[in-house]
Amino acid sequence: MLDLSKYSSIGEAVRDALETWPREVCLYESDRSEEKQRITYREFKERSLPLAKWLEDSGFQAGDRASIIMTNQSKWLISAYAIFYCGGTLVPLDYKLKPEEQWTLLKHSAANVLITEYPIWRQLSGSAGRAEVPNVKTVLVTEAPPNADLAGAASWESAKGSGQPVFVPRKRDDLACLVYSSGTGGTPKGCMMTHGNYLEQCVALTSIYPFWPGVKYLSILPTNHAIDFMVGFFGPFICGAAVVHLRTLRPEYVREAFTKYQITYVSLVPLVLKNLQKGLQARIDELPPAKRRIFEQLRNINKALTKSRPLLPFSRLLLKQVHDAFGGKLQAIIVGGAFTEPQTLQFFYDLGIPVANGYGLTEAGTAVTVNDLRPFRADTVGKPLPGMEVRIVNPDADGIGQVSVRSRTVMAGYLNEPELTAQTIVDGWLMTGDMGRFDATGHLQLFGRKKNMIVTEEGKNVYAEDVEQAFEGLPVKEYCVFAANYIWPSRSMVGEQLVLVIHLDHGQSFSEELGKEIAVRNSRLSNYKRIQGIVVYEEDFPLTASLKIIRVSLAERLGQLARDKAILPV
Amino acid sequence: MRTLEQTTQEILELATKHFKVAPGSLKAEDDFYKKLGIDSLQTLDMLSRLEDHFHIELPDYEVQGVSDFKTLAERVQARL
Repeated sequence: MLDLSKYSSIGEAVRDALETWPREVCLYESDRSEEKQRITYREFKERSLPLAKWLEDSGFQAGDRASIIMTNQSKWLISAYAIFYCGGTLVPLDYKLKPEEQWTLLKHSAANVLITEYPIWRQLSGSAGRAEVPNVKTVLVTEAPPNADLAGAASWESAKGSGQPVFVPRKRDDLACLVYSSGTGGTPKGCMMTHGNYLEQCVALTSIYPFWPGVKYLSILPTNHAIDFMVGFFGPFICGAAVVHLRTLRPEYVREAFTKYQITYVSLVPLVLKNLQKGLQARIDELPPAKRRIFEQLRNINKALTKSRPLLPFSRLLLKQVHDAFGGKLQAIIVGGAFTEPQTLQFFYDLGIPVANGYGLTEAGTAVTVNDLRPFRADTVGKPLPGMEVRIVNPDADGIGQVSVRSRTVMAGYLNEPELTAQTIVDGWLMTGDMGRFDATGHLQLFGRKKNMIVTEEGKNVYAEDVEQAFEGLPVKEYCVFAANYIWPSRSMVGEQLVLVIHLDHGQSFSEELGKEIAVRNSRLSNYKRIQGIVVYEEDFPLTASLKIIRVSLAERLGQLARDKAILPV
Repeated sequence: MRTLEQTTQEILELATKHFKVAPGSLKAEDDFYKKLGIDSLQTLDMLSRLEDHFHIELPDYEVQGVSDFKTLAERVQARL
């Protein structure tokens, strides 16, 4: 691993990595069962520098912003490095967002370059939102069919400048990435992450989960996500390791990739992990009684012997069939993006597959705590990573209070939102809005949120305010969207849901027609953003002088209602 | 060559069988996430079934943002 204390920026560190391991493979790319390409560190350099030169020639300068909207693939990482090489700031956006949402964030970020894939560009270029985003002047599109109409974009494959581009150094405090943690409908929350944030986070994470040449990381979480950016790009690259990209994320090809590439690490969101658990459990249940008994005995032996720490070589021998299905080289499954239920974590650990769960948020530079597996504690989110100061603010009688974090990995603030930044980072401490406490052994346990938001099992942050636009013009006196747990505080991180609170006009009743109207509007939202209940409130909402809803007061009043009776199905 | 109506009907029948719902309960306009109570992973699984049935290749990006059977049928039809 490179000594990151010597570097000032992501670009500088990756540049050295490309020189340090020229013959090592850094990228494997597979589509379905077929491997499309494998790229060495030297080839990565040979492919990225002409793009950097092209960007430089087109006027892209230090501090300029370039966005990437792509599925996980080699050109994502090649483009990112070219942007960093030119001293640019990367704006990684979620390819799963709707085109209008992507244009909203492109406008907010003030990006002047967009790098995307042809199918995504087809939708983006045809979206009405494009007209309102004049800041995006250059668009590069990958994998466009020959003679395709690129609607003003240029072909990524042809974007090759000749000659050596000039490497533009950046300082640790300079902006490396603008990462949107949420906010496509309300206030976009563009987290300003510095080069220093990433360098520090990388040192902290690799101290517990190291990479080395030969490691193969399976990249499934979208690379725009803070976790995959770190463990599916920067982390492996500065250690000489390799990243495996799959162009098709169907379960059968993901399963195949584990064995084909003998994957070392993979990051998953809780939803996928639970799905894996379901699949494995079904296979265990299908065993004939005698084999099942033997399996249970072996699992019990493994449980007893790995109580204090994992014993991977031993577990691989003992439960060979299970481990072989994962390729036999798996060191750990990293799970993140949302809270994972302890029983799921325990299920895998008992099979000898360590699951590195933790707690983090984009604003804190990804991970804050991680389970170090010594011993494994499924009921916690682990201990603070090196360099992280974590404290509980205003703890109640049970020791539960708001989790706050101070570290060099904490973002510089939210773009164009000084007030929100001042509310979020107080005296150098990041107020996470999550409730937690430390147990006697220093492990962090989480108990719900203070924020009006939910995090889905797919790792999506959804702020209630962002969903409200979908109900604009609803024929009711007033309405508001809340996270149910914000109204009725719950000491749980599972089963979170959004509810629409409506106040009907005088004499209006909750008709079938209104119910249908809500359902139709709800169905237009992305799946993970949908409300799951309706609350009919019979009093006026508390308002400010400028007629804005005072959410805190309204939530307090709603909290007086019995949750079970108040929430009606959509 | 199938018509769009035939393709839609076959998709509805496949989904009915695969997700074990009452015959005739699915409609073209239905939001399959909601109607079937499935998540994005199960949707990917459904795509593999469609590929096998129609003998086509349906890239993941084709179904980005698609949540109703009708649109799904249009995407399949375009590749037949």
